[in-house]
Amino acid sequence: MKNLVILGAGTSGTMMANHLVSSLPKGEWKISIVDQYKTHYYQPGFLFLPFDIYTTKQVKKKGSKFLPKGVNYIQEKIDLIVPENNKVLLADGQELLYDVLIVATGTKTVPEEIEGMKGPKWYKNIFDFYTYEGAKALRNKFRTWEGGKLVVHITEMPIKCPVAPLEFAFLADSYFKNKGMRDKVDITFVTPLDGAFTKPRATETLHYLLEEKNIKEVTDFNIERVDYENNKIIDYADTEVEYDLLVTVPTNMGDPLLERSGLGDDLNYIPTNKTTLQSTDHENIFAIGDATNVPASKAGSVAHFEAEILTDNILRYINGEELKEDFDGHANCFIETGGGKALLIDFNYTTEPVEGTFPFPGVGPLRLLKESRMNHMGKLAFRWIYWNMLLKGVPIPFVDAQMSEKGKQIEKVQ
Amino acid sequence: MKKIIADREIDVNEEGYLVDFNQWDKDVCAYLADEQGISMTDKHWEVIEYLQDKHHKEEPLSIRGIKKSGVINIKEFYSLFPGGPLKKSTLIAGIPKPKSCI
Repeated sequence: MKNLVILGAGTSGTMMANHLVSSLPKGEWKISIVDQYKTHYYQPGFLFLPFDIYTTKQVKKKGSKFLPKGVNYIQEKIDLIVPENNKVLLADGQELLYDVLIVATGTKTVPEEIEGMKGPKWYKNIFDFYTYEGAKALRNKFRTWEGGKLVVHITEMPIKCPVAPLEFAFLADSYFKNKGMRDKVDITFVTPLDGAFTKPRATETLHYLLEEKNIKEVTDFNIERVDYENNKIIDYADTEVEYDLLVTVPTNMGDPLLERSGLGDDLNYIPTNKTTLQSTDHENIFAIGDATNVPASKAGSVAHFEAEILTDNILRYINGEELKEDFDGHANCFIETGGGKALLIDFNYTTEPVEGTFPFPGVGPLRLLKESRMNHMGKLAFRWIYWNMLLKGVPIPFVDAQMSEKGKQIEKVQ
Repeated sequence: MKKIIADREIDVNEEGYLVDFNQWDKDVCAYLADEQGISMTDKHWEVIEYLQDKHHKEEPLSIRGIKKSGVINIKEFYSLFPGGPLKKSTLIAGIPKPKSCI
């Protein structure tokens, strides 16, 4: 019996377990999956939780429910990966030997990286919304907040779901309008990049959203510290932004496990071939989703497309065949713009978000890079798709792992 | 689009960033720096080479990276490229500016 071990039972790990259980030769392979947590969170829902659009129950379920029978599920903390001996050590002293290892340990927020962020004001008037705890604490804060300066802030790139902070600002605008107190709330979007939108096409077609919603932008802001006593954030150029309520996206880093095992880069992401998803240092270690350093967005849709290609490549690896260089960085994301509307974007390593229709060329029903109610319905429907199809590895009809150029106005990235 | 830089026709995007790194050389670099009000010193060149090296290895550019680069600290980086240091230094280095997905 040979062993395939998956580290992490989040979106990527769960999808891989489901794909592999049906494609690896039965009786020859034992699949194990390790995760320390019982709960599986629907992370896109964290965006909606602070605004009382989703309830806490809608964003979490018991993780083992989504793992297939025939997979050995181990709920335990992972201590170390020892690539030289092809083994994984668990916190309880267990040793798992592997023939093939899949790293799917994701990314986490690390507010400790910035001085003053996770200090005495954490979850008092400084919040994140990338964790269940943060999103829920922020919901409770918003319910009674009387207004003031709301600052939505990105610490540094790369972050999971790069558009979520912008969506958050849009939804905050709607939320406070609906509460009849938008005039009491001043919204500022602070980014280390040179704009809320950073690509010329998107800036041109979407910048009106910020103006229409009266969201101010502070750009090129690289935070040095949070002055929590005086309620301001300060950057390396000594620029200061004052807040009454700071909603920040802290530094994102890969799991400390990768650092401990000597497998991570500066941010604890595992160096990975961006087309085959094989780790660059060990041929029997593969990586998927947020845990990799590939220059694609850290997003569930990317993990979904990667899962199909990685399954194929693992079968090829096992059979001694050459790996396919098939992953093109494809991402497909709904972007909430508030007021019951959303945008849809579709792009990859070489193509910028484009205008057109999706998934059917010329028909839609979804429109790319344009606000519509239908796109918003798509985003809400996606929660059902996630729990019922995506995690279980059921193919989503008409959406291919590689980006299709049909029905889109394609422009190559320059 | 085309732009005349250092007496040559160079391909750039709407924001003035080079589209083809092969067209970059030290003359182009000095010209672009001059446009940004920067006169190149040895330290500038060192930073530019570091950024190009990171870019060619497909490693994302960030302030954190600068901190760990061993080439320069962040305060110096700001003083060499005042305003938006990453935005300006990448333009001068002939590589794409750091961006998000949209």
